Amino acid sequence: MILDYEPAPESTAIVNLRDSYGLYINGEMVDAISSETIKTVNPATGEPLAEISMAGPEDVDAAVTAARAAYENVWRDMPGRDRAKYLYRIARLLAERSREFAVLETMDGGKPIRESRDVDLPIAAAHFFYYAGWADKLDYAFGGVSPKPIGVAGQIIPWNFPMLMAAWKLAPALATGNTVVLKPAETTPLTALLLTEIFDEAGLPPGVVNIVTGAGATGSAIVNHPGVDKIAFTGSTAVGKLIQSQIAGSSKRLTLELGGKAANIVFADAALDQAVEGIVNGIFFNQGHVCCAGSRLLVQEPVAEEVISRLKRRLETLRVGDPMDKNTDLGAINSAEQLAKINELVQAGLDEGATIYQPACELPETGWFHKPTLFSDVSQSNRIVQEEIFGPVLSILTFRTAEEAVDKANNTPYGLSAGVWTEKGSRILWMAQKLRAGVVWDNTFNRFDPASPFGGFNESGFGREGGRAGLLPYVELESVANGAGR
Amino acid sequence: MNAKRTKSTTRERLTVNKTYKLFIGGGFPRSESGRIFAVPGADGTPIANACLASRKDLRAAVEAARKAQSGWAGRTPYNRGQILYRIAEVSESRSSELVGELVASGMTKAAAETEVGLSIDRWVWYAGWCDKYLQVLGGANPVSGPYFNFSLVEPTGVVGVVAPDESPLLALVSRMAPALVPGNTVVALASETAPLVAITLAEILATSDVPGGVVNLLTGNRDELVPWMADHADVNSIDVSGADDDLVAEAQRRASATVKRVVRPSPEERQWASTTAESPFVIESFTETKTVWHPIGR
Repeated sequence: MILDYEPAPESTAIVNLRDSYGLYINGEMVDAISSETIKTVNPATGEPLAEISMAGPEDVDAAVTAARAAYENVWRDMPGRDRAKYLYRIARLLAERSREFAVLETMDGGKPIRESRDVDLPIAAAHFFYYAGWADKLDYAFGGVSPKPIGVAGQIIPWNFPMLMAAWKLAPALATGNTVVLKPAETTPLTALLLTEIFDEAGLPPGVVNIVTGAGATGSAIVNHPGVDKIAFTGSTAVGKLIQSQIAGSSKRLTLELGGKAANIVFADAALDQAVEGIVNGIFFNQGHVCCAGSRLLVQEPVAEEVISRLKRRLETLRVGDPMDKNTDLGAINSAEQLAKINELVQAGLDEGATIYQPACELPETGWFHKPTLFSDVSQSNRIVQEEIFGPVLSILTFRTAEEAVDKANNTPYGLSAGVWTEKGSRILWMAQKLRAGVVWDNTFNRFDPASPFGGFNESGFGREGGRAGLLPYVELESVANGAGR
Repeated sequence: MNAKRTKSTTRERLTVNKTYKLFIGGGFPRSESGRIFAVPGADGTPIANACLASRKDLRAAVEAARKAQSGWAGRTPYNRGQILYRIAEVSESRSSELVGELVASGMTKAAAETEVGLSIDRWVWYAGWCDKYLQVLGGANPVSGPYFNFSLVEPTGVVGVVAPDESPLLALVSRMAPALVPGNTVVALASETAPLVAITLAEILATSDVPGGVVNLLTGNRDELVPWMADHADVNSIDVSGADDDLVAEAQRRASATVKRVVRPSPEERQWASTTAESPFVIESFTETKTVWHPIGR
């Protein structure tokens, strides 16, 4: 039975879009030197929203120059208590305008308004608030050594959580006294551009944050600019490897938050209804455009049939469609390009002999959408089991023993996250110990918090975001001889 | 130690010279390639031969390190601390031998004694961190929700250590010890100009309850071996202390294919004889932070 709900659309009236946007350099929106532009579109309708500048090397140079001046003249030497106050202001203003940002996030990126409203924006504001409080306590963060800022940070963020990733990057960098050149993704630049209004309102000194829009070429100009001291990148493993190789031989510091192929492991003794909700949240949250998505379900043999049958029943009740509708569970796929990639991998799954299941939901006629999809009868070597799909596609494998679950879970080049569902406490901790993953969720999935370090093992990258560990990528630690009672 | 390799003119007892070999998986094999190189002494004349390790030797060392890793990480922190401390004890009793190796390679006696003493003290310092670093680097995270959330700080896995030529014993120990503390296993490449002391250190490790494969020591050519080390998918992290800028760049470029961590000591950490060379944050550079969420409920 398919439940029908009356549409409950969120109004877009709160958002005032400009026809075109420049770049935010040295505290001002300026026209780009590069004349190249691109239209950012609403993926739920295919309608263009605004024209965006594609920053060229000269634009990036101007942004780096502004960031360098702000670093040397203002931000680096500002008392931590004052940096803290600016970050607190940003956190408060962002919370105040949260609804506007959430609506714009959903218009530009296609994620359900329920998620941008309840997850992305609150956690983004909380992230600024959390790191604001570190800015004046840095001398207590690393016992025995004093942290110093690195300089100008080039930060490149993805399209799946545009506002949240901007917060994850900016807050720790600014708290530790670095200045920033930030590049949002070319399909989702609008909330980062709106954030510049908050910087202005907060009175943030010019040049402390600079925002340049563009695609890969703009990112490459940031990565290869000699005036950039640190690169922080969130995105695909392929691009991460390219960046790591491009800065080889330079003194640039690097952190990478890359792809994943997380295992969500369900033991026979798990609370199955909760586990099914966790599986759904794990893979269909944000249409599966999540680096830590639980895209491989590992279910213990005795309950495999039962879990799969409950999962199919649950899929029938998922509402796929208008992301602006407050009832929507799965919104739009972020871009035509991403939809093509998902389709290609789904086809690869079929070609490799896997069994597909999709619910009988109807997809909207405009925009880019994909049905929630399950694959069973897969083997570990299948592409849909090894490669990150970054869409609402779950591959289901089974296991017998905990050791086998660990072996299968760890059997990818990635190591970002994992989920474990069991009622047995000692097994939870044993699994948590054995899994090679930066985040392990026990009887829950896809939880995020500014105080909680996030980041990967192996080819999922290095460095952490969140918590005290999230300060480390943005500081140089200077050991002091015979300090700390030595 | 081969300082007495020269022909004696009196009727002294003829010494038995040591064959310096590699240290892989707890054993002392020669290079599979059969290659050796002459190690020069203080005056430039050869004092002994060392094995010129090959790519295959490196591969065998990585394999041994990988096999030993989960066992070493699975030891209790107290036990790892005891074993690291035992290395210091055994080093102390063989310190005259270590000093002799360093003097033979051209160091003054006073400098060699200082270097050996500091190396022993560095083992002791890091031994004590085995059951403490987690309390300093990890801990509970105060998340805003009904979850108990904590961060563990775990070994990266197999760590390659490229020792510099200066301070051939102390620098090697200064990078190897912090890698061993959290449960990494190590494939180390000794100083190229003074490799013999590293092999004597290997003999100390082999008799200090360090399980076979936890430390593997190669002697050979950095330019030849470091690129392979950076390529090897089973090496998780590589400390390039002893690589020059060009070799660091090449290692970094090659490491990108497997998103390998490339660790470079800061200038303060390179002051090998100073306490600035030692820090829990050196340990941290050989670790991965793992954060675990657990719901709180009745």
